[in-house]
Amino acid sequence: MNDENTIVCRCSDVTLKEVRDLIKQGYTTYDEIKRITRIGMGPCQGKTCGQLVLREISAATGKSIKELKLHMNRPPVVGVKLDLIAEEAKKND
Amino acid sequence: MKHVEIAIIGGGPAGLCAAISAASSGANVLIIERNNKLGGQLVKQTHMFFGSEKQYASTRGIDICNILINKLSKFKDKVEIMTDTTVVGMYEDGVITAMYKEEKYIKIKSEAVIAATGAFEKTLAFPNNDLPGIYGAGAVQTLMNVYGVKPGNKVLMVGAGNIGLIVSYQLMQAGVEVKAILDAAPKIGGYLVHASKIRRMGVPILTRHSVKEAIGKEYLEKAVICELDEKWQPIEGTEKEFDVDVMCISVGLSPLNELLVMRGCEMKYVPQLSGLVPLRDENYETTVGNVFVAGDISGIEEASSAMVEGYLSGLCTAEKIGYKHEKFEELKNDYLNQLDDLRSGAVGKHILEGTKEILVN
Repeated sequence: MNDENTIVCRCSDVTLKEVRDLIKQGYTTYDEIKRITRIGMGPCQGKTCGQLVLREISAATGKSIKELKLHMNRPPVVGVKLDLIAEEAKKND
Repeated sequence: MKHVEIAIIGGGPAGLCAAISAASSGANVLIIERNNKLGGQLVKQTHMFFGSEKQYASTRGIDICNILINKLSKFKDKVEIMTDTTVVGMYEDGVITAMYKEEKYIKIKSEAVIAATGAFEKTLAFPNNDLPGIYGAGAVQTLMNVYGVKPGNKVLMVGAGNIGLIVSYQLMQAGVEVKAILDAAPKIGGYLVHASKIRRMGVPILTRHSVKEAIGKEYLEKAVICELDEKWQPIEGTEKEFDVDVMCISVGLSPLNELLVMRGCEMKYVPQLSGLVPLRDENYETTVGNVFVAGDISGIEEASSAMVEGYLSGLCTAEKIGYKHEKFEELKNDYLNQLDDLRSGAVGKHILEGTKEILVN
Protein backbone atom coordinates (compact mmCIF):
# COMPACT_ATOMS: atom_id res chain seq x y z
CA MET A 1 0.00 0.00 0.00
CA ASN A 2 1.15 3.51 -0.74
CA ASP A 3 1.44 4.58 2.87
CA GLU A 4 3.01 7.97 2.27
CA ASN A 5 -0.36 9.45 1.34
CA THR A 6 -2.31 7.65 4.02
CA ILE A 7 -3.10 9.96 6.90
CA VAL A 8 -3.33 8.36 10.33
CA CYS A 9 -3.49 11.61 12.32
CA ARG A 10 -5.62 14.31 10.73
CA CYS A 11 -4.73 16.90 13.36
CA SER A 12 -0.96 16.82 12.79
CA ASP A 13 -0.84 15.23 9.31
CA VAL A 14 1.09 12.16 10.43
CA THR A 15 1.22 9.47 7.74
CA LEU A 16 1.01 5.71 7.96
CA LYS A 17 4.56 5.55 6.60
CA GLU A 18 5.92 7.65 9.48
CA VAL A 19 4.13 5.46 12.02
CA ARG A 20 5.33 2.22 10.40
CA ASP A 21 8.91 3.50 10.15
CA LEU A 22 8.95 4.36 13.85
CA ILE A 23 7.55 0.97 14.81
CA LYS A 24 10.33 -0.64 12.71
CA GLN A 25 12.88 1.43 14.66
CA GLY A 26 11.52 -0.06 17.89
CA TYR A 27 9.07 2.57 19.07
CA THR A 28 6.24 0.20 19.88
CA THR A 29 4.10 2.17 22.30
CA TYR A 30 1.55 4.83 21.50
CA ASP A 31 3.22 7.27 23.90
CA GLU A 32 6.63 6.99 22.24
CA ILE A 33 5.12 7.57 18.80
CA LYS A 34 3.15 10.48 20.24
CA ARG A 35 6.24 12.16 21.67
CA ILE A 36 8.08 11.95 18.36
CA THR A 37 5.28 12.85 15.95
CA ARG A 38 2.75 14.80 18.08
CA ILE A 39 0.17 12.17 17.11
CA GLY A 40 -2.76 12.34 19.54
CA MET A 41 -1.82 15.84 20.71
CA GLY A 42 -4.05 17.81 18.34
CA PRO A 43 -7.68 18.88 18.65
CA CYS A 44 -9.03 15.30 18.62
CA GLN A 45 -6.66 14.18 21.41
CA GLY A 46 -6.15 10.74 19.89
CA LYS A 47 -9.77 9.85 19.27
CA THR A 48 -9.29 9.46 15.50
CA CYS A 49 -5.77 8.06 15.29
CA GLY A 50 -5.71 6.00 18.49
CA GLN A 51 -7.23 2.82 17.15
CA LEU A 52 -5.29 3.06 13.85
CA VAL A 53 -1.94 3.35 15.64
CA LEU A 54 -2.76 0.53 18.05
CA ARG A 55 -3.74 -1.71 15.15
CA GLU A 56 -0.39 -1.01 13.45
CA ILE A 57 1.55 -1.75 16.65
CA SER A 58 -0.48 -4.90 17.15
CA ALA A 59 0.17 -6.09 13.58
CA ALA A 60 3.90 -5.42 13.86
CA THR A 61 4.49 -6.90 17.31
CA GLY A 62 2.03 -9.78 17.18
CA LYS A 63 0.52 -8.62 20.47
CA SER A 64 -3.24 -8.19 20.68
CA ILE A 65 -4.57 -4.68 21.31
CA LYS A 66 -5.66 -5.88 24.76
CA GLU A 67 -2.02 -6.42 25.72
CA LEU A 68 -0.80 -3.02 24.48
CA LYS A 69 -0.14 -0.05 26.70
CA LEU A 70 -2.82 2.56 25.99
CA HIS A 71 -2.26 6.27 26.06
CA MET A 72 -3.12 8.55 28.94
CA ASN A 73 -5.77 11.25 28.59
CA ARG A 74 -5.29 14.51 30.40
CA PRO A 75 -7.40 17.65 30.68
CA PRO A 76 -8.41 19.68 28.81
CA VAL A 77 -10.08 17.51 26.16
CA VAL A 78 -10.53 20.49 23.85
CA GLY A 79 -8.57 23.72 23.54
CA VAL A 80 -9.36 26.33 26.19
CA LYS A 81 -8.07 29.89 25.96
CA LEU A 82 -5.72 30.72 28.80
CA ASP A 83 -7.50 33.98 29.59
CA LEU A 84 -10.70 32.05 30.31
CA ILE A 85 -8.85 29.87 32.80
CA ALA A 86 -7.17 32.91 34.33
CA GLU A 87 -10.53 34.67 34.70
CA GLU A 88 -12.04 31.69 36.55
CA ALA A 89 -8.89 31.28 38.68
CA LYS A 90 -9.29 34.83 40.05
CA LYS A 91 -12.28 33.57 42.06
CA ASN A 92 -9.82 31.42 43.98
CA ASP A 93 -12.37 28.74 44.95
CA MET B 1 -17.45 27.12 41.85
CA LYS B 2 -20.86 25.77 40.99
CA HIS B 3 -22.26 23.10 43.35
CA VAL B 4 -24.72 20.43 42.22
CA GLU B 5 -25.93 17.06 43.45
CA ILE B 6 -25.61 15.05 40.23
CA ALA B 7 -23.75 16.23 37.15
CA ILE B 8 -24.73 14.39 33.99
CA ILE B 9 -22.23 14.70 31.17
CA GLY B 10 -24.00 14.39 27.84
CA GLY B 11 -27.65 15.06 26.98
CA GLY B 12 -28.19 12.19 24.52
CA PRO B 13 -30.60 9.28 25.08
CA ALA B 14 -28.59 7.89 28.02
CA GLY B 15 -28.05 11.26 29.73
CA LEU B 16 -31.68 12.38 29.30
CA CYS B 17 -33.02 9.14 30.77
CA ALA B 18 -30.50 9.29 33.61
CA ALA B 19 -31.71 12.82 34.38
CA ILE B 20 -35.40 11.82 34.32
CA SER B 21 -34.70 8.86 36.58
CA ALA B 22 -32.51 10.71 39.09
CA ALA B 23 -34.86 13.71 39.26
CA SER B 24 -37.90 11.45 39.74
CA SER B 25 -36.04 9.95 42.70
CA GLY B 26 -35.78 13.43 44.21
CA ALA B 27 -32.21 14.44 43.31
CA ASN B 28 -31.21 17.72 41.72
CA VAL B 29 -29.42 17.24 38.44
CA LEU B 30 -27.38 19.31 36.04
CA ILE B 31 -27.15 18.17 32.41
CA ILE B 32 -24.07 19.43 30.61
CA GLU B 33 -24.44 19.18 26.84
CA ARG B 34 -21.81 20.10 24.27
CA ASN B 35 -24.24 20.88 21.44
CA ASN B 36 -26.75 23.69 21.29
CA LYS B 37 -29.66 21.37 21.98
CA LEU B 38 -30.41 18.19 23.86
CA GLY B 39 -30.90 14.80 22.22
CA GLY B 40 -27.45 13.64 21.14
CA GLN B 41 -27.64 11.54 18.00
CA LEU B 42 -31.44 11.31 18.26
CA VAL B 43 -31.73 14.79 16.73
CA LYS B 44 -30.80 13.41 13.30
CA GLN B 45 -32.41 9.99 13.44
CA THR B 46 -35.40 10.36 11.17
CA HIS B 47 -35.90 6.58 10.97
CA MET B 48 -38.21 4.52 13.16
CA PHE B 49 -36.70 2.49 15.98
CA PHE B 50 -36.87 -1.25 16.51
CA GLY B 51 -36.85 -2.99 19.83
CA SER B 52 -39.84 -3.20 22.12
CA GLU B 53 -42.56 -0.74 22.97
CA LYS B 54 -40.89 0.34 26.20
CA GLN B 55 -38.05 1.86 24.17
CA TYR B 56 -40.44 3.48 21.69
CA ALA B 57 -40.25 0.96 18.84
CA SER B 58 -41.87 2.26 15.60
CA THR B 59 -41.23 5.84 16.72
CA ARG B 60 -38.73 8.04 14.91
CA GLY B 61 -35.54 8.98 16.76
CA ILE B 62 -36.29 12.71 16.48
CA ASP B 63 -39.71 12.12 18.08
CA ILE B 64 -38.20 9.99 20.86
CA CYS B 65 -35.96 12.96 21.57
CA ASN B 66 -38.98 15.20 22.10
CA ILE B 67 -40.77 12.58 24.21
CA LEU B 68 -37.77 12.41 26.55
CA ILE B 69 -37.41 16.20 26.74
CA ASN B 70 -41.13 16.44 27.62
CA LYS B 71 -40.74 13.80 30.28
CA LEU B 72 -37.81 15.73 31.71
CA SER B 73 -39.77 18.99 31.77
CA LYS B 74 -42.07 17.48 34.43
CA PHE B 75 -39.16 17.78 36.85
CA LYS B 76 -38.34 21.37 35.94
CA ASP B 77 -37.52 22.43 39.48
CA LYS B 78 -34.99 19.61 39.86
CA VAL B 79 -33.26 19.91 36.52
CA GLU B 80 -30.77 22.45 35.27
CA ILE B 81 -29.55 22.30 31.67
CA MET B 82 -26.36 23.81 30.29
CA THR B 83 -26.12 23.56 26.50
CA ASP B 84 -23.17 24.68 24.34
CA THR B 85 -21.04 23.52 27.25
CA THR B 86 -18.22 21.00 26.89
CA VAL B 87 -16.79 19.19 29.88
CA VAL B 88 -13.05 19.53 29.42
CA GLY B 89 -11.70 17.85 32.53
CA MET B 90 -12.45 15.65 35.52
CA TYR B 91 -10.13 15.77 38.50
CA GLU B 92 -9.27 13.61 41.52
CA ASP B 93 -10.92 16.01 43.99
CA GLY B 94 -14.23 15.59 42.18
CA VAL B 95 -14.10 18.92 40.38
CA ILE B 96 -15.33 19.02 36.80
CA THR B 97 -14.22 21.79 34.48
CA ALA B 98 -16.31 22.89 31.53
CA MET B 99 -16.32 25.50 28.83
CA TYR B 100 -19.38 27.45 27.67
CA LYS B 101 -18.98 28.20 23.95
CA GLU B 102 -15.50 29.70 23.86
CA GLU B 103 -16.52 32.36 26.30
CA LYS B 104 -16.42 31.02 29.80
CA TYR B 105 -14.49 28.42 31.77
CA ILE B 106 -16.52 26.91 34.62
CA LYS B 107 -15.69 24.80 37.67
CA ILE B 108 -18.36 22.44 38.97
CA LYS B 109 -18.36 20.33 42.10
CA SER B 110 -20.91 17.54 42.32
CA GLU B 111 -21.71 14.77 44.78
CA ALA B 112 -21.93 12.28 41.93
CA VAL B 113 -21.32 12.19 38.18
CA ILE B 114 -23.02 10.24 35.43
CA ALA B 115 -20.79 10.12 32.36
CA ALA B 116 -22.98 9.62 29.29
CA THR B 117 -20.69 11.02 26.62
CA GLY B 118 -21.55 8.47 23.93
CA ALA B 119 -19.22 7.45 21.14
CA PHE B 120 -16.86 8.58 18.40
CA GLU B 121 -16.77 7.37 14.78
CA LYS B 122 -13.91 5.11 13.78
CA THR B 123 -11.86 5.86 10.68
CA LEU B 124 -9.94 3.88 8.06
CA ALA B 125 -6.39 4.22 6.79
CA PHE B 126 -6.04 4.18 2.99
CA PRO B 127 -4.14 6.37 0.53
CA ASN B 128 -5.58 9.88 0.14
CA ASN B 129 -8.03 9.36 2.99
CA ASP B 130 -7.80 13.08 3.75
CA LEU B 131 -9.41 14.24 0.48
CA PRO B 132 -12.46 16.48 0.88
CA GLY B 133 -15.55 14.38 0.20
CA ILE B 134 -14.54 11.61 2.60
CA TYR B 135 -16.81 11.77 5.63
CA GLY B 136 -17.91 9.75 8.59
CA ALA B 137 -21.43 8.42 8.00
CA GLY B 138 -22.62 10.19 11.12
CA ALA B 139 -21.32 13.49 9.77
CA VAL B 140 -23.23 12.98 6.53
CA GLN B 141 -26.39 12.23 8.48
CA THR B 142 -25.90 15.43 10.50
CA LEU B 143 -25.35 17.48 7.34
CA MET B 144 -28.49 16.12 5.69
CA ASN B 145 -30.95 15.71 8.53
CA VAL B 146 -29.96 18.54 10.84
CA TYR B 147 -28.68 21.20 8.45
CA GLY B 148 -30.41 20.20 5.20
CA VAL B 149 -27.14 20.09 3.29
CA LYS B 150 -26.62 17.56 0.50
CA PRO B 151 -23.09 16.14 0.91
CA GLY B 152 -22.53 15.40 -2.82
CA ASN B 153 -24.04 13.54 -5.74
CA LYS B 154 -22.51 10.05 -5.95
CA VAL B 155 -21.69 8.10 -2.82
CA LEU B 156 -19.72 5.01 -1.91
CA MET B 157 -20.76 3.74 1.52
CA VAL B 158 -18.08 1.86 3.43
CA GLY B 159 -19.69 -0.34 6.07
CA ALA B 160 -22.92 -2.32 5.98
CA GLY B 161 -23.86 -2.03 9.63
CA ASN B 162 -27.12 -0.35 10.59
CA ILE B 163 -25.70 3.18 10.38
CA GLY B 164 -24.25 2.51 6.90
CA LEU B 165 -27.51 1.01 5.68
CA ILE B 166 -29.80 3.66 7.17
CA VAL B 167 -27.66 6.57 5.98
CA SER B 168 -27.51 5.02 2.47
CA TYR B 169 -31.29 4.86 2.38
CA GLN B 170 -31.64 8.43 3.62
CA LEU B 171 -29.13 9.60 0.99
CA MET B 172 -31.29 8.00 -1.70
CA GLN B 173 -34.39 9.66 -0.23
CA ALA B 174 -32.54 12.96 -0.60
CA GLY B 175 -31.92 12.21 -4.28
CA VAL B 176 -28.27 11.26 -3.93
CA GLU B 177 -27.04 8.27 -5.91
CA VAL B 178 -25.50 5.48 -3.81
CA LYS B 179 -23.15 3.51 -6.09
CA ALA B 180 -22.47 0.63 -3.72
CA ILE B 181 -22.14 -0.38 -0.09
CA LEU B 182 -19.04 -2.28 0.98
CA ASP B 183 -18.20 -4.27 4.05
CA ALA B 184 -14.95 -6.02 4.93
CA ALA B 185 -16.87 -8.70 6.83
CA PRO B 186 -18.22 -11.77 5.02
CA LYS B 187 -21.76 -10.88 6.17
CA ILE B 188 -23.92 -7.77 6.31
CA GLY B 189 -23.76 -6.43 9.87
CA GLY B 190 -27.03 -4.45 9.93
CA TYR B 191 -30.62 -5.64 10.10
CA LEU B 192 -31.96 -7.59 7.12
CA VAL B 193 -34.98 -5.27 6.75
CA HIS B 194 -32.71 -2.30 6.09
CA ALA B 195 -30.44 -4.28 3.75
CA SER B 196 -33.39 -5.69 1.78
CA LYS B 197 -34.89 -2.25 1.29
CA ILE B 198 -31.62 -1.05 -0.22
CA ARG B 199 -31.13 -4.12 -2.40
CA ARG B 200 -34.66 -3.67 -3.77
CA MET B 201 -33.62 -0.20 -4.90
CA GLY B 202 -30.84 -1.80 -6.94
CA VAL B 203 -27.81 -0.86 -4.83
CA PRO B 204 -25.20 -3.61 -4.59
CA ILE B 205 -23.93 -4.60 -1.14
CA LEU B 206 -20.44 -6.03 -1.56
CA THR B 207 -19.25 -8.07 1.41
CA ARG B 208 -15.57 -9.00 1.85
CA HIS B 209 -14.60 -5.76 0.12
CA SER B 210 -12.55 -2.83 1.27
CA VAL B 211 -11.28 0.53 0.04
CA LYS B 212 -7.90 0.32 -1.66
CA GLU B 213 -7.44 4.00 -2.32
CA ALA B 214 -9.14 7.30 -2.95
CA ILE B 215 -8.27 9.31 -6.06
CA GLY B 216 -8.68 13.01 -6.64
CA LYS B 217 -6.87 16.32 -6.90
CA GLU B 218 -8.76 18.93 -4.93
CA TYR B 219 -11.54 16.61 -3.78
CA LEU B 220 -12.62 12.99 -4.10
CA GLU B 221 -13.16 11.95 -7.72
CA LYS B 222 -12.82 8.17 -7.64
CA ALA B 223 -12.66 5.32 -5.18
CA VAL B 224 -10.84 2.05 -5.85
CA ILE B 225 -12.05 -0.99 -3.96
CA CYS B 226 -10.87 -4.59 -3.87
CA GLU B 227 -11.93 -7.97 -2.58
CA LEU B 228 -10.52 -9.43 0.62
CA ASP B 229 -9.48 -13.02 1.26
CA GLU B 230 -10.37 -15.06 4.32
CA LYS B 231 -7.55 -13.42 6.28
CA TRP B 232 -8.95 -9.97 5.42
CA GLN B 233 -6.05 -9.32 2.99
CA PRO B 234 -6.61 -7.64 -0.41
CA ILE B 235 -6.74 -10.00 -3.40
CA GLU B 236 -4.74 -8.65 -6.31
CA GLY B 237 -6.51 -8.18 -9.59
CA THR B 238 -9.94 -7.72 -8.00
CA GLU B 239 -9.85 -3.90 -8.07
CA LYS B 240 -12.95 -1.99 -9.14
CA GLU B 241 -13.27 1.73 -9.65
CA PHE B 242 -16.24 3.93 -8.76
CA ASP B 243 -16.85 7.50 -9.89
CA VAL B 244 -17.91 9.10 -6.64
CA ASP B 245 -17.57 12.50 -5.00
CA VAL B 246 -18.49 11.27 -1.54
CA MET B 247 -17.18 8.38 0.48
CA CYS B 248 -18.94 7.64 3.73
CA ILE B 249 -16.96 5.76 6.35
CA SER B 250 -19.22 3.76 8.61
CA VAL B 251 -16.95 1.22 10.22
CA GLY B 252 -18.21 1.43 13.75
CA LEU B 253 -17.95 3.58 16.83
CA SER B 254 -15.70 3.59 19.85
CA PRO B 255 -16.63 4.62 23.39
CA LEU B 256 -15.87 8.26 24.19
CA ASN B 257 -13.92 7.41 27.32
CA GLU B 258 -11.30 10.14 27.82
CA LEU B 259 -12.92 11.76 30.86
CA LEU B 260 -13.03 8.41 32.66
CA VAL B 261 -9.39 7.70 31.83
CA MET B 262 -8.23 11.04 33.25
CA ARG B 263 -10.46 10.58 36.33
CA GLY B 264 -8.62 7.33 37.09
CA CYS B 265 -11.42 4.84 36.47
CA GLU B 266 -10.09 1.35 35.90
CA MET B 267 -10.48 0.65 32.17
CA LYS B 268 -10.35 -2.48 30.02
CA TYR B 269 -10.11 -3.00 26.28
CA VAL B 270 -13.07 -5.21 25.35
CA PRO B 271 -13.51 -5.91 21.61
CA GLN B 272 -17.16 -6.96 22.05
CA LEU B 273 -17.91 -3.51 23.49
CA SER B 274 -15.89 -1.83 20.70
CA GLY B 275 -13.04 -0.39 22.70
CA LEU B 276 -11.72 0.80 26.03
CA VAL B 277 -14.50 0.76 28.62
CA PRO B 278 -14.71 1.24 32.40
CA LEU B 279 -15.07 -1.61 34.86
CA ARG B 280 -18.44 -1.15 36.57
CA ASP B 281 -20.86 -2.85 38.93
CA GLU B 282 -24.49 -3.83 38.31
CA ASN B 283 -25.56 -0.27 39.21
CA TYR B 284 -23.26 1.20 36.54
CA GLU B 285 -20.88 2.70 39.11
CA THR B 286 -17.22 2.66 38.01
CA THR B 287 -14.24 1.80 40.22
CA VAL B 288 -14.12 5.47 41.25
CA GLY B 289 -16.83 5.99 43.87
CA ASN B 290 -19.83 8.11 42.80
CA VAL B 291 -18.72 8.15 39.15
CA PHE B 292 -21.42 6.33 37.18
CA VAL B 293 -21.77 5.65 33.45
CA ALA B 294 -24.60 5.02 30.97
CA GLY B 295 -24.88 4.40 27.24
CA ASP B 296 -22.19 3.96 24.59
CA ILE B 297 -19.38 5.13 26.89
CA SER B 298 -19.59 1.75 28.62
CA GLY B 299 -19.85 -0.26 25.39
CA ILE B 300 -21.31 0.42 21.95
CA GLU B 301 -24.92 -0.68 21.65
CA GLU B 302 -28.12 0.89 20.38
CA ALA B 303 -30.03 3.93 21.58
CA SER B 304 -32.67 1.64 23.11
CA SER B 305 -30.20 0.09 25.54
CA ALA B 306 -28.59 3.47 26.16
CA MET B 307 -31.98 4.75 27.35
CA VAL B 308 -32.53 1.83 29.72
CA GLU B 309 -28.97 2.10 31.03
CA GLY B 310 -29.62 5.78 31.61
CA TYR B 311 -32.76 5.08 33.66
CA LEU B 312 -30.93 2.43 35.68
CA SER B 313 -27.82 4.50 36.24
CA GLY B 314 -29.83 7.59 37.21
CA LEU B 315 -31.89 5.58 39.67
CA CYS B 316 -28.81 4.06 41.31
CA THR B 317 -26.83 7.31 41.38
CA ALA B 318 -29.68 9.06 43.18
CA GLU B 319 -29.92 6.20 45.65
CA LYS B 320 -26.18 6.37 46.32
CA ILE B 321 -26.39 10.00 47.41
CA GLY B 322 -29.48 9.50 49.57
CA TYR B 323 -32.47 9.79 47.24
CA LYS B 324 -33.97 6.32 47.11
CA HIS B 325 -36.97 6.13 44.79
CA GLU B 326 -40.02 4.72 46.58
CA LYS B 327 -40.22 1.97 43.95
CA PHE B 328 -36.45 1.51 43.74
CA GLU B 329 -36.32 -2.32 43.76
CA GLU B 330 -39.25 -2.69 41.37
CA LEU B 331 -37.82 -0.17 38.88
CA LYS B 332 -34.31 -1.56 39.08
CA ASN B 333 -35.52 -5.09 38.33
CA ASP B 334 -37.63 -3.81 35.48
CA TYR B 335 -34.66 -2.01 33.89
CA LEU B 336 -32.39 -5.04 34.34
CA ASN B 337 -35.07 -7.21 32.69
CA GLN B 338 -35.45 -4.74 29.83
CA LEU B 339 -31.69 -4.87 29.23
CA ASP B 340 -31.80 -8.68 29.26
CA ASP B 341 -34.58 -8.60 26.67
CA LEU B 342 -32.71 -6.15 24.45
CA ARG B 343 -29.61 -8.35 24.66
CA SER B 344 -31.38 -11.61 23.92
CA GLY B 345 -30.54 -11.73 20.18
CA ALA B 346 -27.36 -12.73 18.36
CA VAL B 347 -25.73 -9.29 18.72
CA GLY B 348 -26.82 -9.23 22.36
CA LYS B 349 -24.92 -12.43 23.04
CA HIS B 350 -21.77 -10.62 21.99
CA ILE B 351 -22.58 -7.67 24.28
CA LEU B 352 -23.27 -10.00 27.22
CA GLU B 353 -19.87 -11.68 26.75
CA GLY B 354 -18.34 -8.21 26.82
CA THR B 355 -20.20 -6.97 29.89
CA LYS B 356 -19.09 -10.10 31.78
CA GLU B 357 -15.52 -8.86 31.38
CA ILE B 358 -16.17 -5.48 32.94
CA LEU B 359 -18.61 -6.39 35.69
CA VAL B 360 -17.16 -6.02 39.19
CA ASN B 361 -18.83 -6.18 42.60
